[in-house]
Amino acid sequence: MSDSRTRYAFTSRLLHWAMAILVVAQLFLGVAMVASLDAYHLLRTVHQPLGFAILVLAVVRIGNRIVHRPPPSSGMRPAERMVATGSEYLLYGLLVLQPVTGWAMLSAGGFPIALTAQLSLPAIAPRDPDLYAVLRQSHTVLGYLLFAAFTAHLCAILFHTFVLRDRILGRMTLSRRPRPAPPPQRRDPEFRVS
Amino acid sequence: MPRTGDGHEPSVGGRSGTTVTRRGALLGLAAVGAIAAADVGGFLFAGGRLTPDTVTPSRFVDRFEQVFGRHEGFRRNHAKGVSVTGWFTATGAGSAVSTASVFRAGSRHPVTGRFSLSGGQPDAADAVDTVRGLGLMFRLPGGEQWRTAMIDSPVFPDRTPDGFRARLLASKKVPDTGKPDPAAMAAFLACHPETAAAMDIIRRQHRTSGFGDSTFHGLNAFRCTDRSGASVPVRWRLVPEQAVRQPGAEEGSGRDYLFDALVREVTRGPLRWRMILTIGEAGDPTDDATRPWPADRTSLDVGTLTVDAIDTEGPGNARDVNFDPLVLPNGIAPSDDPLLSARSAVYAESFDRRSGEPKAPSRVTVAEVPDER
Repeated sequence: MSDSRTRYAFTSRLLHWAMAILVVAQLFLGVAMVASLDAYHLLRTVHQPLGFAILVLAVVRIGNRIVHRPPPSSGMRPAERMVATGSEYLLYGLLVLQPVTGWAMLSAGGFPIALTAQLSLPAIAPRDPDLYAVLRQSHTVLGYLLFAAFTAHLCAILFHTFVLRDRILGRMTLSRRPRPAPPPQRRDPEFRVS
Repeated sequence: MPRTGDGHEPSVGGRSGTTVTRRGALLGLAAVGAIAAADVGGFLFAGGRLTPDTVTPSRFVDRFEQVFGRHEGFRRNHAKGVSVTGWFTATGAGSAVSTASVFRAGSRHPVTGRFSLSGGQPDAADAVDTVRGLGLMFRLPGGEQWRTAMIDSPVFPDRTPDGFRARLLASKKVPDTGKPDPAAMAAFLACHPETAAAMDIIRRQHRTSGFGDSTFHGLNAFRCTDRSGASVPVRWRLVPEQAVRQPGAEEGSGRDYLFDALVREVTRGPLRWRMILTIGEAGDPTDDATRPWPADRTSLDVGTLTVDAIDTEGPGNARDVNFDPLVLPNGIAPSDDPLLSARSAVYAESFDRRSGEPKAPSRVTVAEVPDER
């Protein structure tokens, strides 16, 4: 089987790992920011442009996903495939919704949104304290939800890699030489871990 | 079924045709659990949830509520206030040290401001010795803003956020006397000589009759950068053009006498303050708001603030502005003062809390102030 049939497209893999680093960094940065006095300003200065970068990448990635279909996932039950696809869509949704919520929240709070010294974003919501409060709360809830979704995603791939050992991670790695995709297996009914 | 390992392990075919022993599967599960635990634990730790003694902005604001009570919809500090509007006109002198558009000669910028009294009681009685505050938000070209929150003391009592928080607790009024416990304050000052020194400076300053003749100080140092990229430390203050008067007979003439007088003054005609930028020199502390700079430092008269309208706090005016001292235009940057980031964080927490709460009417109601006594 050719590489393109067994692995994600190179652009997909690149976007995946770039965003993985940025999003995980952003999650930890965000939760540290709101809990810090000394580092609050520095973290906020990083958090806003990073959030916008994630939003741009998320939109690019959704476009890329439409162009490049993922490789077939052999050896998954239909239910597993549904969970995998559902969680993929959930992550895409959150990766767009969370930065947009942050942007709207700053707009509703009446704050200027500076990305760099020269570049700032326009307001996308009216200035309103009640709206601000709702968006501020949503930003926290979505942040925790995104962290939970990331953790579930991480656990799933670790489970496939260390317990099932089905080398499914090889479909997403950036290594030049793809590991050959395993042939589809008949599932052994005696060993069910999931 | 194929046998592997020590020959006693039952094993199964993995999905890739590899053989997975039960032991291998358990080890794999342990690895998954360990990594997941590190992930979740790290996240909780980063958020301060595993270290209950760390002072977070939320716990800092809790201290205000503990000392002053919880007053929904109001700021947790400087709770009593009134909204004003006006404009700032630049002389151009500030352009010598900063590229900020706010300082460009002849430029005029709309300003939203808020006069306030320190403390978390929105209905506190006005008193001559209560610290007076002035928050300003300048709307600058290109969507830029400059926000600053000033008080009428020449120095700040605390060098660090921790000192501020400890002083707040030491100055909590005891129910029996209605005054702070002198022993608690003495113990605090013994540990914080910088606060004792700053309080001496503040005490030596003469109180003035009201808001209109008060000088407001930005307190913290900032850095201004000029066109060549050179930067200097600065502090700023607003000096009233109104004649300065001693506190007089009107003192204590009503629960809101300071605000009532301000309303009457602004209604009669605009109030003005000169903005003075003081340039620090090598060795002047930029990270310690408790210490004044030498009196002979170069000062620039960078412009005039005019206040020509006053309104009861309400939707869309200063009530809904967070006077975050780190909302700065290009050309003005934070210094290394540890109070700045902490103020920014604590103001944000206070703003977050009050934004979602039901709004009670402000104690200071402009329409109810009689024109003349």
